[in-house]
Formats: sequence, C-alpha cells, structure tokens
Amino acid sequence: MSYLPKAMWLIAMLGLAACNNPDRFGAGGAGGAGGAGGAGGIDSTGLGGADDPRSVAYFQQTLGDRVFFAVDQSTLSDEARATLTGQAQWLQTNSDYALIIEGHADEQGTRQYNLALGARRASAAQNFLISQGVAASRIRTVSYGKERPVEVCSTEDCYSRNRRAVTVLSLGAGS
Amino acid sequence: MTYQRPFGLLLALGLMFGGLVAAPVVAQNGPLRIEIVEGVIEPLPFAVPDFVAENGAAGEYAKNLARVIASDLSGTGLFREIPASAHVGRISSFDAPVAYGDWKAINAQALVTGAVSASGDRIVVKFRLFDIFSGQQMGEGLQFAGTTQSWRRMAHKVADAVYSRITGEGGYFDSRVVFVSETGPKNQRAKRLAVMDYDGANVQYLTDSRSIVLAPRFSPSGDRILYTSYQSGFPKIYLMDVASVQARALGDQPGTMTFAPRFAPDGRTVVFSLEQGGNSDLYTVDTNSGTLSRLTNAPSIETAPDYSPDGSRIVFESDRSGTQQIYVMSAGGGEPQRISNGPGRYSTPVWSPRGDLIAFTKQHQGRFHIGVMRVDGSEERLLTASFLDEGPTWSPNGRVIMFTRETAGAAGQSSLYSVDITGRNLRPVSSDGAASDPSWSPLLP
Repeated sequence: MSYLPKAMWLIAMLGLAACNNPDRFGAGGAGGAGGAGGAGGIDSTGLGGADDPRSVAYFQQTLGDRVFFAVDQSTLSDEARATLTGQAQWLQTNSDYALIIEGHADEQGTRQYNLALGARRASAAQNFLISQGVAASRIRTVSYGKERPVEVCSTEDCYSRNRRAVTVLSLGAGS
Repeated sequence: MTYQRPFGLLLALGLMFGGLVAAPVVAQNGPLRIEIVEGVIEPLPFAVPDFVAENGAAGEYAKNLARVIASDLSGTGLFREIPASAHVGRISSFDAPVAYGDWKAINAQALVTGAVSASGDRIVVKFRLFDIFSGQQMGEGLQFAGTTQSWRRMAHKVADAVYSRITGEGGYFDSRVVFVSETGPKNQRAKRLAVMDYDGANVQYLTDSRSIVLAPRFSPSGDRILYTSYQSGFPKIYLMDVASVQARALGDQPGTMTFAPRFAPDGRTVVFSLEQGGNSDLYTVDTNSGTLSRLTNAPSIETAPDYSPDGSRIVFESDRSGTQQIYVMSAGGGEPQRISNGPGRYSTPVWSPRGDLIAFTKQHQGRFHIGVMRVDGSEERLLTASFLDEGPTWSPNGRVIMFTRETAGAAGQSSLYSVDITGRNLRPVSSDGAASDPSWSPLLP
C-alpha cells in the first residue's frame, strides 16, 4: 500500500476552495473514473461545487466530513452515525477514493493519552464505515492527538469542535 | 550583628516526606552543610569572585566562568549569591591564603575561588571551595582541562562539585535537555527536536519543522534520542544518534501507530505504546535485533511507560478503570498494580533516578498539576498548578523536575519550567522560544 499525503492534502485544499483548477492527478468528482488518461494524455476536469453530489466539496460540506465526540469518549453519537452513514453511501458510489480518517482530541489531556484517544475515535469511525459496506482496504487511520486543533480558543465551544474524526479523501482506492 | 548559621552548612536532602523529617543536624562546629528539608529554607549566602586569569588568553573566561557557576548555584533556590559589588576581599592569586575575615564581613558562608589559563583551543580551570565560618577549605581543589568550546561545561562541573560538597547530593548542572521547539499558530504548530544545556544555553536543532515531532527521550548514556515523528505521514518511533543526527524507524509494524517510547536502563530495550485497530498496548523492542514483545493485552489505553532505575519494573498509565490512572508491573509484563488513588486523572508517570518517587501529571477540576508520590502511591504531593502542566522529567540527581507549561487561549504557548521536589523554586527554563516535552539527560561524563 502506498498513499501520497501531499496529493491528498492538495485535493483536500482544492475541494475546500471548490474552484475549477484542472486536476493533474486525474479526475476529481465530476469526471468519474478518468484516471491519468491513455497514452500520455492529461484529462482536465472540473472539481464541482458543494451542490455537485459527486464532488469532494459535496462530501466535505454537504454530507459532512467529520463527526464529533464527547469529552474523553470515542463512542459515536446518533448524529455521528447519521453523518457516517451518508459518507458510506457516497463512498460506495464514488469507489475511486481511498480515505484516511484522522482522529483528534481537545487540548485538555496529556499528549500521549490524546494520541491514543484520537486513534480510538478514528477507529470508531472506521469500524462504522466498514459496517456500512465500505471496504476495509480503502481506509487508513491516523491520530493527531491534540496536535492539530481546528479551533484555538480554550473553552468548551472550541473543544467540542476539536474532538473529532475527519474523513479525508484521496484518489487511488485499493492501491 | 552576628550571623546565625541556620543548620551548619550541609544541605541534607531526602527528608522531605511526612514522618521522616528528622531534626536538622546542627553542626555549628562541623563542616559547611545545608539540610534540604520541608518548609522555608534560607538560601545559603556564597561568593564567587571572578576567576583569576593566569594568562592573557584566559581573560575572557575568567569572569564568564564565575557568572555561570553563580547562576547554577542561585538557580537551585538553595544558595544566594553575594554580588561582587558587595565584596570586600579580592582574589588576585589562586594560591594565596584566603582572608576569611573579608568574606565573613559580608556574611558569605561559602566562597568559591578559581583560576583559568588558556592556550590555543585548550583551557584549564581550577577551583577551591571554602567554608568561611569554620575557616577551612572544603575538600580538595579540582582542575578541569578541555577545549575552549566546553568552557560552560567546566563551569557547570565546578558548580556540581560545590553543590555536591555542600548538600551531600549529586549535582545536575553538567547535563543537557532534549525538547520540542515550537513555532507558529496553535492550529498549525511547527515542531522541531532541539537539545540544549540544562540552563538553556547552546540550543541546537536536530530536525527541521517539516514533520510534527513529539516527546523525545534520552538514552541512559545520553548518546541517543527516542522520539515520535509524523515524517511518514503516520506517528512512528524513531531512534536518533545525537552525534551524527542520523535517525531510523524503530519497532514499526504496518498499519499501526507507535508512540511514547522510553529506554530501559540497559540502553538496549525500549518500551513503547503500539496502537492497532484503535487500541493501544505496551510492547518492548530490542534496538539491536528488532524483536518485539507484547507486555499488555487489554482493550484500554496503556501508554506513557517508564522503567524503574534497576530495570525490574515498569510504571505506566492506563484507563482500564475508566479514567487514566498509574500502574506498576514487572518489566516482563504480568498483573499490574494500581498506585494512584486520589480524585482526578493521573498520567505520564516517570520514575525518579533515585528510585523512591514517581513524578506524574494530574488533571483535576479543570487544572493540571505536576506531582510526586512514593512508588506504592502513598504520600502524594502536588508541586504545581496551572491551566496545563504536563510531562515531568527528572534531573540526574532526582531533586528537580522539569515539565511543559502551556498557557490558555488562541495565543497560548508552551514553555519549559522547573520545580524542586519540595515544591519550591518554580522557575521558567530558557529555551530560545516556545518549547515542550523536555527530557533531561544523565550527568555528562
């Protein structure tokens, strides 16, 4: 197995920007399984916006690419299950994508424990996606512990958004 | 006014716990000794005049050596320097008899004199320690020779000898600290491995900031560093040779996360956490053969392991009871025994180099503390309190704990602090910018 984190990040950024840059890694959402063309050809495809159901932006923004957890917990809430069910359905349709689930913790814990806790959360999301029919071979997990908060304040309002598992898409399922 | 010698002059350490505080040994006519006991200590007044420069090239070191020695001793909180501006006596020759009256007049109890000579890239540093009120030299004079580059280390060695003679304890000044240097905003923190002298001098960066690095740990001889890096995209343990700055992955298993490594006292075995399928357990790996052994097998989080100084036991944290607590088990695994019993969550246990105490992080009612307890969990005491204190590391002599303190909010930053195991002398440690995850080396050879 080999994953390309840089390509993954680039796709994530392009998806967030919902722009129309040509995707040099092959098809984005709109073109389906375009891949890298035939004899040296380069396909140019729009990535689509959040209203295009096949786009990464749709996955991230409309379906929701993340689920949240209670303090020191890794069990999935009903809301988290609903989000992940939507992700699983999308992933079955868009089978070109592999995914990395990032587990995160808020800053209220020690570093090593938060790494372990982030791994538990990523694993909880992973297991749920597998139970919904997403092939285990498409999923990897990584824990960031408390190293990469999205919100920087030190109140529960921010903490609740930092205790998360984020599904990050990359092209190259089953590689 | 007559100066009252508080205890005579030997600081007697290790009597800090309840029930064990013996009456201080008052040795009015005995040797200089400070007793380090619980409660308020009047710092022992000392003087370190500029060293005598024995040749022209030594001039630049003569003052600097004295300054570093004074800073080491004052930094312990056990000594108070009498500044040069108050001195009556002058030391113009290293071998001339000491005029005790001159130093008694300013109430100095201890006097450190020294001399330095330099030639090419070599310097020779000599010192003597005097007990002013008993009017005699304490121990033999000592001489250190080395390169001019290592002049600070020689100052630390002099201060270690002075500290050791007066307290009866080993020193800790000639030591280094490996840590994580931090830059950038909280949600995009860049982290680099760095190493420095214990007092923040000579900061040297060991990695660039392309990958997150966490929790470096020195080997028992200080020549290698274990740490966790995201350089592969996933957290994994690496082992770095300090001299060559070359690193290799250690204990890597596909599809797992490895973290929280710590050397056994043998310098060969490493205990660490391995996460698979969301569950973290403790393993060891032999750094030579790469052989893995599993120590725990539980659905809970087992992490932050550390060995007892004799290598026979491992202390670690686990949330098997529902919250993080501290456990001790045999180094080969087996049934662990819970030792933490108070309210709150206990984590990051580290065994004192003396073997008698466990330092830990405690989280309780929204605050973080660094604390110590006996190995059986008794006599817990909290030494600090703040928004976020974590990750204690012991000084080589087991008297001082260094840790990470992080401030709250969007502009929150990490920095290093140290505190005496009695809870006194809490102070920031200089580190050339924001810093976290310190690990203290043994005393350098």
